[in-house]
Amino acid sequence: MSQQTFEFHWGKHHRAYVDTCNNLIKDTELENCMLEEIIKKTYNNGDPQPAFNSAAQAWNHEFFWECMKPQGGKKPKGEILELIEKDFDSYYEFLKEFKQAAATQFGSGWAWLVLKDDKLAIEKTPNALNPLVWGHVPLLTIDVWEHAYYLDYQNRRPDYISVFMNELVSWDAVTARLVKAKEASST
Amino acid sequence: MALLASLRRTGGIGLKRGGLFTREIQSFSLPELSYEYSALEPVISGEIMSLHHQKHHQAYVTNYNKALEQLEEASANKNSEAIVSLQSAVKFNGGDNYEGSVYESPGHINHSVFWKNLAPVKEGGGEAPNGGLAKAIDTQFGSLNALIVKMNAVGAALQGSGWVWLGLNKDLKSLIVETTPNQDPLVTKGLLPLLGIDVWEHAYYLQGYFCCSEC
Repeated sequence: MSQQTFEFHWGKHHRAYVDTCNNLIKDTELENCMLEEIIKKTYNNGDPQPAFNSAAQAWNHEFFWECMKPQGGKKPKGEILELIEKDFDSYYEFLKEFKQAAATQFGSGWAWLVLKDDKLAIEKTPNALNPLVWGHVPLLTIDVWEHAYYLDYQNRRPDYISVFMNELVSWDAVTARLVKAKEASST
Repeated sequence: MALLASLRRTGGIGLKRGGLFTREIQSFSLPELSYEYSALEPVISGEIMSLHHQKHHQAYVTNYNKALEQLEEASANKNSEAIVSLQSAVKFNGGDNYEGSVYESPGHINHSVFWKNLAPVKEGGGEAPNGGLAKAIDTQFGSLNALIVKMNAVGAALQGSGWVWLGLNKDLKSLIVETTPNQDPLVTKGLLPLLGIDVWEHAYYLQGYFCCSEC
């Protein structure tokens, strides 16, 4: 993922969502809410209010950056691998299903690995939507809006997805989220 | 504003459909452009035009033909489950919420309209319309400039991927600016497309615009 992509993606797109969200919540009851609370409130049971798009996209992008690290990717180890093998039969089955979800999210959107009812699941969402609105716990995401990959891969979304999984995913971050989610559900 | 400088004076679909609604499965092909890929520079780069036409539009045509072949085979085998699944695949290549004929591909049709709505400057691209269309624009929007401002604003506000259209309500005989998400065709809003602007990011991103209102 090139520096130029980051400069645009983080420096322009993500920044615009943050600025827009701040402008929309200013002087409203949402102004002092945490971002996740703003997302759930403005989702409004599927009839989103104006701030939802920018709030959700601000969250999605921050989450996405934390899903990656230099020299990342490949097969994970430890607790997350055990859970993947339990809920998907194998890492390769999970990989196939995650890549398929990412490749087939039509138009703009995201693919997710989530914890749902104590099991791992793969979901895909259009535009700004994310699994927080359904009470699922996001563990990993890949941004499949065209701006995420077009400068580096043009129309070749499957190539971008493969590189993301092989070289960029931070399984440490995914594991930390899993541990936190399990702790939260046991209290 | 700069993009509209390359648009033709007259709209219209200009797409021959021939045989779409027969029971024989037709094989669709990528329409040729009437201008070189570089002919719309500097407004739209040759690189974008080439990718957009040869990769994105071609993919809709290829996948649509494949889905139609598979649908034909499933129909011949009376495989109901496959038929339902493949109709979704046809819509997937066309548009998520398109409820029209399974024999049409909105992604293919939308792009075919798009290429015909563009022309090099030396062939009239960007010139103001005249005649009945010009009068209708002035009557309904105040001026061509007002229409351009409105289409820019509406296009910039579209979330995700989609299209901005100038459409005709045939019953009311009025022009409407409308958007559709993804590849949903304008007929889903009951309008005839006169002019369409592709605002999927692939249509402009390589030229350094980070949102469609910049172009």
